[in-house]
Amino acid sequence: MTLAVSILPEQQLAALNAAYRKVVARKRLRLLAGFAVFVAALIVASIGAEVNLRTFFTYFGNFISYFDRILTLDSGLRVWTDFGEWFWGLRKWLKLLGETLLISYVGTLIGAVLAFALNFFAAENTSPAPWLRFAVRRLLEFARTVPGIVFALIFVMAFGLGPVAGVLAIAIHSTGALGKLFSEFVENADMKPVDGIRSTGASWISCMRFAILPQVSAGYASYALLRFEINVREASVMGFVGAGGIGQELIVAIRKFYYSDVSAILVTIIITVFLIDITTGWVRARLFGKEARN
Amino acid sequence: MGARPPVRQGGAELSKPQDVDTAALRARYPDVFSRPASARLATPAMLVAAFAIFVFGLVDLDFSPSRFISGLSQLGWISMMMMPPDPGSSLPLYLQALGETLSIALLGTTLAALLALPVSLLAARNIVPGIVRFPVRRFLDSIRGVDTLIWALVWINVVGLGPFAGVLAIAVSDFGAFGKLFSEAIEGADQKQVEGIRASGGSALHEIRFGLMPQVLPVIAGQVLYFIESNTRSATIIGIVGAGGIGLQLAEQIRVLEWQRVSFLILMILVAVAAIDFISGKLRFAIIGRRAVA
Repeated sequence: MTLAVSILPEQQLAALNAAYRKVVARKRLRLLAGFAVFVAALIVASIGAEVNLRTFFTYFGNFISYFDRILTLDSGLRVWTDFGEWFWGLRKWLKLLGETLLISYVGTLIGAVLAFALNFFAAENTSPAPWLRFAVRRLLEFARTVPGIVFALIFVMAFGLGPVAGVLAIAIHSTGALGKLFSEFVENADMKPVDGIRSTGASWISCMRFAILPQVSAGYASYALLRFEINVREASVMGFVGAGGIGQELIVAIRKFYYSDVSAILVTIIITVFLIDITTGWVRARLFGKEARN
Repeated sequence: MGARPPVRQGGAELSKPQDVDTAALRARYPDVFSRPASARLATPAMLVAAFAIFVFGLVDLDFSPSRFISGLSQLGWISMMMMPPDPGSSLPLYLQALGETLSIALLGTTLAALLALPVSLLAARNIVPGIVRFPVRRFLDSIRGVDTLIWALVWINVVGLGPFAGVLAIAVSDFGAFGKLFSEAIEGADQKQVEGIRASGGSALHEIRFGLMPQVLPVIAGQVLYFIESNTRSATIIGIVGAGGIGLQLAEQIRVLEWQRVSFLILMILVAVAAIDFISGKLRFAIIGRRAVA
């Protein structure tokens, strides 16, 4: 079987070829220009960030040997040869880890409740008034953009050292992050049930309760769990500024060069984070997979 | 759910068939109409448990009402002191610190992306066998399990205080995140192009270069831009532990209770993050748009 390939006249072909070349050349030029700008930005940035390759290569050995040191006990043995010695403070650390988990739990719950209270005002389709929506959105944006640890620093000044500051910082940050996600959920919800319920003369609150909430509550739960997972990580460093949890112990160990303690605490944190990841993943699968109906 | 009395309003001929229907349905789907007690009590029990943990957390974390109220009044006083935001005489210093922060974010993210690209190939299911993939994935997971602030502390031990430690901290912690995201992008890529290259006799490297990369690069570029944006936030805080940038200034001003300067710095962070959001949003759109055209 032969295919009929129409061969264009030489002139027409040349013109098309030239046009194609020109388009490709322009595209390449744009890419090259973008790349040049990017490299220039990198060079400026490396001056700004005091990048010093000589320091880096001189001391890079320190980075490797740091891991060597945190994996060595005082006695000079490798850490895993003597678990009892490596995890000598396990009981204390587990208690602090429990505190970390509680901080993130309480913080996430407060944040989720506040976000829940605010999200209907922030969503485009349910907000009672445009000015209210604008105000709530800016508030959520503020809570989300200021890093949690900055709130923690300020709250430590107001509420004193300890987990209270950490909880509040996490609560505010979660409110901002969850409020945005929740309101996006509401914006994606089907508005027909709302019309139906409004047509019966129901109030705004009833509309939200019976038309919107059943559509979005599973999504809310799923995102709140995800936020809890993120907050566990965040709570593990809240102690750096004195806001409770395992971070307190970790920063002391790092600053005072208790090398094997650093690795032991890091290992417990990483294992905890893994376990939380797995558990929340399992809970989410159950909530979403099995009971997706309600 | 109790038995509902038949509706009388619509007349006997309407209510009767409904009655029969319910009875038939009831007989056919007994588990829908009379759910076992365990299923009915599951949700309230979970709510009660969640609330109990919350209350336990409040008690365990020292949330006494008096402390909370005095803290709130302290916080109110602090916010009064913050007004109006005022940089004092150190505006140039703050601007420089902000530049440092942006440099840290840009360099750290770029470095992380460059390092993660080859490694992500080793973590993708469709490139390497499981025996390589598993350890690489766990390695990336453990890097991600450690917070950026902790990496910053480690790098400060290696290259000393300053923004360079911040760049390296962001590079390492994002390396873990990018490795995972890139490898997922690679796994999601269409295999037909790769098969086409293989069919025309290309080597494994050709398959990656011409079959995979054209599909994956726009996705990766979008993710990198998104991370530059979110790293601007992370870069603002790593200064709190001494790794340069605006966080260093912020932490210092909070510690010496210069609240007007604190509020000015927070304002600067908000504006900078909003600006980066805007720019990277535009760029991301440009990249995705170009991809749609090509």
